[in-house]
Amino acid sequence: MLKLFKNLSRKDWLFAGISLIFIVAQVWLDLKIPDFMSEITMLVQTKGSTMGDILTSGGKMLACALGSLAACVLVAVFASRIASNFGAALRERLFDKVQSFSMEEIGGFSTASLITRSTNDVTQVQMLVVMGLQVIIKAPIMAVWAILKISNKSWQWTLSTASAVVLLLTIVIICVSLAMPKFKKLQRLTDDINRVTRENLTGLRVIRAYNAENYQETKFENANTELTNTNLFTARTMSVMMPLIQMIMNGLSLAVYWIGAVLIDKADMTKKMTLFSDMVVYSSYAMQVVMSFMMLVVIFIMLPRASVSAKRILEVLETNPTITDGTVKETPGDIKGEIEFRNVSFKYPDADDYVLQNITFTAHKGETIAFIGATGCGKSTAVNLVPRFYDATKGEILVDGINVKDYTQYALRNKIGYVSQKATLFGGTVKSNIAFGDNGKNSFLESDVVSAVYTAQASDFVENMVDGYDGFVAQGGANFSGGQKQRLSIARAICRRPEIFIFDDSFSALDYKTDKKLREALKTECADATKLIVAQRIGTIRDADQIIVLDEGQIAGMGTHDELMKNCEVYRQIAYSQLSKEELA
Amino acid sequence: MKHHQSKNFKAAWGKLLVYCKKYWPLMILAIIASSLGTVFTLIGPDKLSEMTDLITEGIMTGIDMDAIAKIGFTLIAFYAASACLSLFQGLVMAQVTQKTTNRLRHDISVKINRLPMWYYNRTTTGDILSRITNDVDTVGQSLNQSVGNLVHAVTLLIGSLIMMLITNVTMTITAILSTLIGFGLMMTIMGHSQKYFAAQQKHLGEINGHIEEIYTGHTVVKAYNDEAAAKSTFDKMNRDLRESGFKAQCLSGLMMPLMSFIGNFGYVAVCIVGAMLTMNDKISFGVIVAFMMYIRFFTQPLSQLAQAAQSLQSAAAAGERVFEFLEAEEMPDESGKPSMPQPVSGYVEFDHVRFGYEDSDKIVIKDFSAKARPGQKIAIVGPTGAGKTTLINLLMRFHELQGGEIRIDGTPTGAVKREDIHAQFCMVLQDTWLFEGTVRENLIYCTKNVSDEKMRQACKAVGLDHFIRTLPHGYDTVLNDQVNLSQGQKQQLTIARAMIADKPMLILDEATSSVDTRTELLIQNAMDELMKNRTSFVIAHRLSTIKNADLILVMKDGDIIESGTHRQLLEKGGFYADLYNSQFDAA
Repeated sequence: MLKLFKNLSRKDWLFAGISLIFIVAQVWLDLKIPDFMSEITMLVQTKGSTMGDILTSGGKMLACALGSLAACVLVAVFASRIASNFGAALRERLFDKVQSFSMEEIGGFSTASLITRSTNDVTQVQMLVVMGLQVIIKAPIMAVWAILKISNKSWQWTLSTASAVVLLLTIVIICVSLAMPKFKKLQRLTDDINRVTRENLTGLRVIRAYNAENYQETKFENANTELTNTNLFTARTMSVMMPLIQMIMNGLSLAVYWIGAVLIDKADMTKKMTLFSDMVVYSSYAMQVVMSFMMLVVIFIMLPRASVSAKRILEVLETNPTITDGTVKETPGDIKGEIEFRNVSFKYPDADDYVLQNITFTAHKGETIAFIGATGCGKSTAVNLVPRFYDATKGEILVDGINVKDYTQYALRNKIGYVSQKATLFGGTVKSNIAFGDNGKNSFLESDVVSAVYTAQASDFVENMVDGYDGFVAQGGANFSGGQKQRLSIARAICRRPEIFIFDDSFSALDYKTDKKLREALKTECADATKLIVAQRIGTIRDADQIIVLDEGQIAGMGTHDELMKNCEVYRQIAYSQLSKEELA
Repeated sequence: MKHHQSKNFKAAWGKLLVYCKKYWPLMILAIIASSLGTVFTLIGPDKLSEMTDLITEGIMTGIDMDAIAKIGFTLIAFYAASACLSLFQGLVMAQVTQKTTNRLRHDISVKINRLPMWYYNRTTTGDILSRITNDVDTVGQSLNQSVGNLVHAVTLLIGSLIMMLITNVTMTITAILSTLIGFGLMMTIMGHSQKYFAAQQKHLGEINGHIEEIYTGHTVVKAYNDEAAAKSTFDKMNRDLRESGFKAQCLSGLMMPLMSFIGNFGYVAVCIVGAMLTMNDKISFGVIVAFMMYIRFFTQPLSQLAQAAQSLQSAAAAGERVFEFLEAEEMPDESGKPSMPQPVSGYVEFDHVRFGYEDSDKIVIKDFSAKARPGQKIAIVGPTGAGKTTLINLLMRFHELQGGEIRIDGTPTGAVKREDIHAQFCMVLQDTWLFEGTVRENLIYCTKNVSDEKMRQACKAVGLDHFIRTLPHGYDTVLNDQVNLSQGQKQQLTIARAMIADKPMLILDEATSSVDTRTELLIQNAMDELMKNRTSFVIAHRLSTIKNADLILVMKDGDIIESGTHRQLLEKGGFYADLYNSQFDAA
């Protein structure tokens, strides 16, 4: 938690310092008020004091109240400033950090968790800072100061205040320690409710087909009952706590007066008046002490949650990206679009088994290299090593004769047009999605966008949209079908005019006809670019210059379709599972 | 606008109150307890002031300790009674709230299964989830706290006003005036802060959306060197959020000090006016002490009222969303309809079927007629959007026809109960639907009286028995995030589930399209096993899987454009042949 505060700027620390001064001022003023109160009491009780005296004291007291308000407002302003700066700084550092991560770190945290850490967790910590600056600092100062002011009055009063505080803390601690585990459990139970409901909603057709409505409802009812019971427990605990606290506070006032009556009764004539005004003042100080402790308790309830959030934020900030930049910005030679794998192996950091083993091949300018194999054979991983989403564990990968690790990531990725398995679109327009990013050349021309859309076979639906190329794209491309999204993301890659295309299973969402037309267009429009294609359909890759058949991470065969049909058993099996013998003949 | 809002507000709370009608007696008891408890708290200062008076009276002559003790014990009794009453109120309201929210959740859950399928085309899963958790929670919290607080605050306000008036009128006017000034200030600030809170919420939503988008599209952002552009968008949003967050935070931070200032200000006013009156011998000192307490009681409920109003407002909005869902039109009741005549042989006829979704004018299925004889395999192919899945949904009666009839063994599907239609079909879909539970639970699901032997047989048939037995707890392994099942294995599980359910007919909707072709070959054997002696309907993307169908229906734009066996269709050289051949042509 404390480590996070390193993210506060100098100015913020200065603000914090200033607000500390104002907090002290405020406490001083707040505690001054009962002093004037005592003065007024004395004046009223003493014969012969003038109205002017009372007004003076009243005026002073009001000035104190105003001053306290002003100080408090300033503290609130500073606290909000610091907290919002702090939140913004944390958010920015998290964002930068995550941007620098490779797929390995992202996978380690999971995208969903990183999102929560950058949003909710930051908000949690920010809230604690706001509250903390106003309360954590103020409450102890208030408590200590108030205690100092009254401790010399009378030990009986002090004792009753102390026992009230102890009693209060005991009650709160008991209630909180009873309820805390249940509060934690509540989160899990709410997740359960969510899970069962989500299950029901995503499986609507299955549930109805199996007439399993009652089965689902019973399941939900169990989760619901458990949630309700836990909620009841915490609500009841809280219902016990509140009246008890109220009673202690009332009781304390009564005790102060009762004890006061006894003390005054026994005291010497001369001291009676002082004691009386002390009593009136004391009851308000005692209340301040009790309230301070209450505020502290609130913070202690908030603290565990915020510190968990802080820990989660730190975990991200303290993770260093495994992939670091090289220095090469330009390729010295005139080799363009050449990719070479030299004995490349890859395994995930904590895994025992290699995903890829000893992969060696070379792709020359303009060639099409295809990868095929069963799910989980490592074909996606292989192509993801080229743009350095991961780094090879052993061996090396050369692009245009230079190891990919020696390039700056910016330079390397400018050579590549990458299309992922799952089409990713961003909120904006069709154009902003296609003319996306930076390819190290001039900005994208309107004509580049149009021709990319035509090559990607997306012109029919794009030009049918009301706003055409300026048509709206919802977040995640939710207003497009799977096939349309995929074609747009292919257009995005074409628009970059890269040396190398990587299609990571990008054609599966297309029907056969579109798939075919698109490949034909790519062949003519982007003839110079080297293409790496991961595919499932034999039809998609049948005409590739080289097909690499992967089986459990190793090369099971390499060559053209006809060669592989003759000498690769794995390839033949895949082919026969899709097409019959006559069709392949 | 404001009027409109309050009308909704009334309607929503009206519905909510009707909804928890059962608890009215309890709620009334709680309200009575709460106001009684508050009254006791109020009498406290009065008694305390009597005590002060006793002290001042006896300060020179000697204090009447017996009278003091009497007041003291009365007060203890009062405080105890007050605590008991508010404890009672708290417990009752907790019960009422929890039972009500429990019922709300239950009703939503039941409602999910009673709504027609098309309802879900208009809403998202997230939306319904947020109704069942967030909205119900908001309603619950408001019911639990606001109702209690409201009663408490109103009683306190009215009670302290009465007590003050009884004690002294001049002092009361002082108290009210000084409070009103502060309260006016507070309302102004609250009105202003609303705007900034809305802005903060908006900016927070924007930045969260951006973060989500960029994180999810991480690889694409990196691959296209878009980091700088993404960062600059983020920076702008972060700045906006910082500013609006600061303003909102600041204004809400003002509330607490302002409240305590109102308290202090009232305190000073009461003291000065009180002192003046005391010096003129109009009131006793005890009155000042009492007013010092009253002014606290008087200012305290004002902020509570403001908070309660806000919370009631948000609960009304949440309640509206909950009731909107609960009041949505359900599928018609069918308890009066006869059962399906048994046994079913599997003769299915589509007779001029016509269908379009409720909320659009577009006709999805125009005029569809076809016949399936018992035991036949019927394949439906066609481009996306041709209406293949819709047709299956109609066969299952997930939707109601707009024209024509579907008959099973001569009985129109609309004439019998929906459950009876469902009971005739095993269904395997593209989305492999598994839930968190054991393998066994997932396999048997809601089928009654399934022996272990039968379950194992089904798993053997789909080639999964060996794999399941290698899992840590075999058939009792809980399937969750930790257990890594491949897409193919999930599909095998759902096929085994269909086999165990053992119904007369079978529907496969793109059941293998997310599986690679070698795994598909494995599953295909299991499917062929499943299709034996059953009338089956198969939708497939990969044409290789349906070549052996008895009848292939080629659909386009809601109509059958070709039909026949694989060989017939190829010979015809039409749409199907074109589609089929395009997978082999070299580009």
